[in-house]
Amino acid sequence: MKAAVIVFPGSNCDRDVAVALHQASGTAPAMIWHGESALPDLDLVVLPGGFSYGDYLRVGAIAALSPIMAAVRAHAERGGAVFAVCNGFQMACEAGLLPGALMNNAAGKYVCRHVAMRVETADSPFTSGYASGQRVSIPVAHHDGNYFADDATLDRLEGEGLVAFRYDNDNPNGSRRDIAGILSANRRVLGMMPHPERAADPALGGMDGAALFTSMVETLS
Amino acid sequence: MSTDPNEIEITPEIIAEHGLTKGEYDRILGAMGRTPNRTELGIFSVMWSEHCSYKSSRVWLKTLPTEAPWVICGPGENAGIIDIGDGDAAIFKMESHNHPSFIEPYQGAATGVGGIMRDVFTMGARPVANMNALRFGSPDHHKTRQLVNGVVAGIGGYGNCMGVPTVGGEVNFDPAYNGNILVNAMCVGLARTDRIFYSAAAGIGNPVVYVGSRTGRDGIHGATMASAEFDDQSEEKRPTVQVGDPFTEKLLLEACLELMATDAIVAIQDMGAAGLTCSSVEMADKGGVGLELDLDKVPQRETGMSAYEIMLSESQERMLMVLDPAREDVARQIFAKWGVEFAVVGHLTDTGRFTLKQGGKIVGDIPVRPLVDDAPSYERPWERTEPRVQLAEADAPAPNDMGEALLQLIGGFDGCSRRWIWEQYDHMVMADTIAWPGGDAALVRVHGTRKALAISTDVTPRYCFADPVEGGRQAVAECWRNITAVGATPLAVTDCLNFGNPERPEIMGQLVGCIAGMGEACTALQFPVISGNVSLYNETNGVGILPTPAIGGVGLLKDADQRAGMAFTTEGETIVLLGETRGHLGQSLYLRDVLDRAEGPPPPVDLARERRTGDIVRGMIRSSLATACHDLADGGLAVGLAEMAIASGIGATIDLPQSEIAPHAFLFGEDQARYLVTTTQPEVILSMADASGVPATVLGQTGGTELTVNGSLTISVATLKDRHERTLPEHMAGS
Repeated sequence: MKAAVIVFPGSNCDRDVAVALHQASGTAPAMIWHGESALPDLDLVVLPGGFSYGDYLRVGAIAALSPIMAAVRAHAERGGAVFAVCNGFQMACEAGLLPGALMNNAAGKYVCRHVAMRVETADSPFTSGYASGQRVSIPVAHHDGNYFADDATLDRLEGEGLVAFRYDNDNPNGSRRDIAGILSANRRVLGMMPHPERAADPALGGMDGAALFTSMVETLS
Repeated sequence: MSTDPNEIEITPEIIAEHGLTKGEYDRILGAMGRTPNRTELGIFSVMWSEHCSYKSSRVWLKTLPTEAPWVICGPGENAGIIDIGDGDAAIFKMESHNHPSFIEPYQGAATGVGGIMRDVFTMGARPVANMNALRFGSPDHHKTRQLVNGVVAGIGGYGNCMGVPTVGGEVNFDPAYNGNILVNAMCVGLARTDRIFYSAAAGIGNPVVYVGSRTGRDGIHGATMASAEFDDQSEEKRPTVQVGDPFTEKLLLEACLELMATDAIVAIQDMGAAGLTCSSVEMADKGGVGLELDLDKVPQRETGMSAYEIMLSESQERMLMVLDPAREDVARQIFAKWGVEFAVVGHLTDTGRFTLKQGGKIVGDIPVRPLVDDAPSYERPWERTEPRVQLAEADAPAPNDMGEALLQLIGGFDGCSRRWIWEQYDHMVMADTIAWPGGDAALVRVHGTRKALAISTDVTPRYCFADPVEGGRQAVAECWRNITAVGATPLAVTDCLNFGNPERPEIMGQLVGCIAGMGEACTALQFPVISGNVSLYNETNGVGILPTPAIGGVGLLKDADQRAGMAFTTEGETIVLLGETRGHLGQSLYLRDVLDRAEGPPPPVDLARERRTGDIVRGMIRSSLATACHDLADGGLAVGLAEMAIASGIGATIDLPQSEIAPHAFLFGEDQARYLVTTTQPEVILSMADASGVPATVLGQTGGTELTVNGSLTISVATLKDRHERTLPEHMAGS
């Protein structure tokens, strides 16, 4: 699998996700600086977690305007896969790769803990290694993970089976309909607040995120 | 109105405003050979402030042991360094940000975290773990909630954005901190031993380069504020608190580490307390050179800043470097890539003087050596703290209900779960935290190796108040024990000595006593002090804090798989108590929280016993004989058992041994040098302990859903957990 992790100023989970990808695929992904304007031929682009631009304006808003994002958008439009975690999910929404937006957590506080989730669909390159309805525990770490979209959009997401993960009576941020992660209409872009890269090593507290990486390796190579 | 502020006549009032005594001003006149101008006076005042010069503590700090075969760099640099094998080094330090955090808790705590991380990455290390030691006033004091909220959010806000995990810490609540909270932040970083950077400037003519945020008017006189007591008007000092910008610091970190991979840096020093002044002077002094700055070249956030303001600003996220002139362009390009300001602001000279130019004029000219070497050092008068009389048995009666007493302790503000706090910290980022907050010590893997660092911060201020020497010993011993309890070898400590006004002999006596106790323990446990910080004048209206010498320890686990946690691992294992129980209730949490008393001496620390017991426990963990391990501290055996049960969800049944000790003293006494371990091979553990002369007692078995101490208490683990977890969230949700 040819994969690349985009590094933005303030990204800080770029190495973590690269390690998890490397472990699953046997190959280290390319690390591409946000100031680049072109991408090589890739099977997967990762928008990593962190605090791009310090989250100083609106989370993900400035990063969505980075030079590399035009190439990421073109990659997605060609049907290329994009895996967007946490701050990456926020960017993907800001960049129009996914619908909706991520607002401040309802409790107004940063939260870092494992949450109980359900895999809502196994029908995607990211979730094929899970069973639909499978319960998993994966950490979140964010201040702005409160997913919002209007009812029509939420109905469409649910109707088309595009909700990938839902908090399982354990919503840490007040997101609408307990949404933790969603897919694009072509199912090739996944945005999620939880960090599967933190649950892909038994020493770190669980392996529930590992299947996400093995799914990508199997389906995207 | 166009008078040059530098030309203002130096009056006794101006001298006093700078926190300088008449005697200190006379020393300045001697060093200068003339009357200083206002900028020069300002520079002397910050360099000679308690915060920067350690003038009240220096003679005592020198008595602390600082060496061991694995110490690469002890006190005196930005942070201390130890060798952890295979060419890896751990670099760490703890520092206080007490005064600013009381005045503006979010920014005060945030910039404390930012400052300590800079100390660590200045030396070439990537920060891999943050810790903290926090003290707040009474939970019911009207300011406490706001302070806790602000400090916790500030620590998280900075560390989370930097992507450095905050992996643990400690928190106490006591009315003695109502007017002076303590925010001590520790950072641990990793470097290669052949890529460590120091601050001694070298190379006459080499460029002095400023990188990072622009200089503003924030934080002027921060070091002086941190060297004075508070009064009712202290909140007016808010403008002296700096404002943090963790995003800029993240870029500064990445740019510095990228530059450090080249050979461009001759010397580097972060701008912390006393900003540009302290960093320039220390670099010049360590290198034995002069240094000239052109203040017009200093990147400034505001227009019209005077030399005085530029030199005394404590704006954050700034570094000063001396570069190899041949590689200046390489450096400039790296900082341009990261979007971080880069300016050549001066050069090294052979004059031995610290010279400042602004607008083409010399606005300051001070000989470097006396500025550093003539700094005052005081042997302030001190009084030994009166020893406490032993607690009479009648003064520590049994509770009406042993179970309710245990619930009171694990649900009390010093015994309850800190989850509400640490879930606001990203404790997992970097994906190497293998033991989270809430255990005895945090464990962070050395990335890409089998090794892990164990980190713990500890001190029991009520012990230090009752007996500073014993309290100093205990703080070090407890830290050593916490690191041992996860299976690691304790290697070195950083300290953060928080005390009241040293000009009062009884406070000075606390400082002297604590340092004496710490020194003894550090020597006996081969656990040297390699960096640290002193924060004095933690007083408001003449009322001092409890003496609080916080110890931050680091240990090494060569194989991260050979570790233990405190959670019971499975049912049906045998629980063994290692160490001697005497039922010491003086200064115990039981005495304070259940009986509402605070008498007696703290438990004595026997350092030889401490070492003997810890060494065999570590061996038991590494050979997998001990499947879980927990050291006993506040609240004694009962709290230790409850914590192991809560962490696992597994209960236990305990029979206290036949002894003359009353059951409540056995359960709640805080005798030192004790650990609980679980095992499937109790006979092996007992014989190992016996061979080493360490008392060992089989207490019972893990299993079931209740914690039962036969004849004393039965409580479901669910109830224990509920009481333990509820306290902080409920209190913080109140108003």
